[in-house]
Amino acid sequence: MTAQSSPKKTRTWLWTILGVIAIILLMAWPLMTVKNSDFGGSDGVGSEVIAQIAPDYDPNWIHNVWTPPGSETESMLFGLQAAAGGILIGYAFGYFRGRKQ
Amino acid sequence: MKRFFRNPKRIFWATLALMMLGAQAAWASSPAAPQPMHIMEGYLPLPWAIFWWLVAIPFWIIGFIQIRKLLKERPEQRLLLGLSGGFIFVLSALKLPSVTGSSSHPTGTGLGTILYGPFVVTILGTIALIFQALLLAHGGISTLGANSFSMAIGGPLVAYYLVWKPLKGRVPIWLAVFLAAVIADWMTYVITSTELALAFPDPNTGYLGSFLTFAGVFAVTQIPLAIAEGILIVLVFNALQSNAPEELAELGIQGGAA
Repeated sequence: MTAQSSPKKTRTWLWTILGVIAIILLMAWPLMTVKNSDFGGSDGVGSEVIAQIAPDYDPNWIHNVWTPPGSETESMLFGLQAAAGGILIGYAFGYFRGRKQ
Repeated sequence: MKRFFRNPKRIFWATLALMMLGAQAAWASSPAAPQPMHIMEGYLPLPWAIFWWLVAIPFWIIGFIQIRKLLKERPEQRLLLGLSGGFIFVLSALKLPSVTGSSSHPTGTGLGTILYGPFVVTILGTIALIFQALLLAHGGISTLGANSFSMAIGGPLVAYYLVWKPLKGRVPIWLAVFLAAVIADWMTYVITSTELALAFPDPNTGYLGSFLTFAGVFAVTQIPLAIAEGILIVLVFNALQSNAPEELAELGIQGGAA
């Protein structure tokens, strides 16, 4: 097992690095090629498509229970969500790895 | 042998063709940056909001029962289940830039779908959606049924039954994982487009025209993100194969030698 695992491990690492590079490129590609865009996911724009198709539609029949007061609070909460998920992933992987040894 | 390989190959090419078509249709019509994510609060008329709630409820019930059963019979799966849920939480919090000049986020549902099947993922995904609807004003309670159906039910269902199950064991496992993850992500936005098209048919071009408009917005933005998500899930899956082979074996996935 040990005699075999070394080149195999190298290969796995190589593929992992290639994969990470591919992901970074996929994300960087639009950032570099698309100009004049702030990559908004802003709430106003999505409704525009609906407003074009159905100009009479009034979405104000219901409102969000709570809306973050500003973009700072919003990014904080998004960050919190990601952190919570990250902790779960890290905890599980840490456990698995620790168990292996 | 031949018959074995014909099927998965066909799926692969059909998928690719569909994506290309989507891209084609969209580049032609793509308007200014829209908000290509969950359907916002209030942006479905009440009857449709109720309809998607009713559609989603049975899936939530099945998912709930399955999770309880899983935790009761195989408590040692808890960590891996938590990891799958955490993955959805992380990925659905990331707004990533895409070629259409707007941002969207991946779904992360592919990993849980492969490991635990679509119904369990229904619950994991819906938890993330509720968090975003209540605390982030991202999506909404009236549209929770519809958003849940696209991200946590429909995407995983298609990925599991049309991609993962038919491909598993017939192609290299990384390829099956990759395609299932890409489809789970991408189908989410195809379904979102369908939901919007049903509620808002175009007065001139009808349901199809409306669908193409929405798909041009949602599905195209999603293509590079779906591919990136597919790669990421393959990487995580590889790491699981070498670190948690017992858990994977219990779920019927060969672990070990990554």
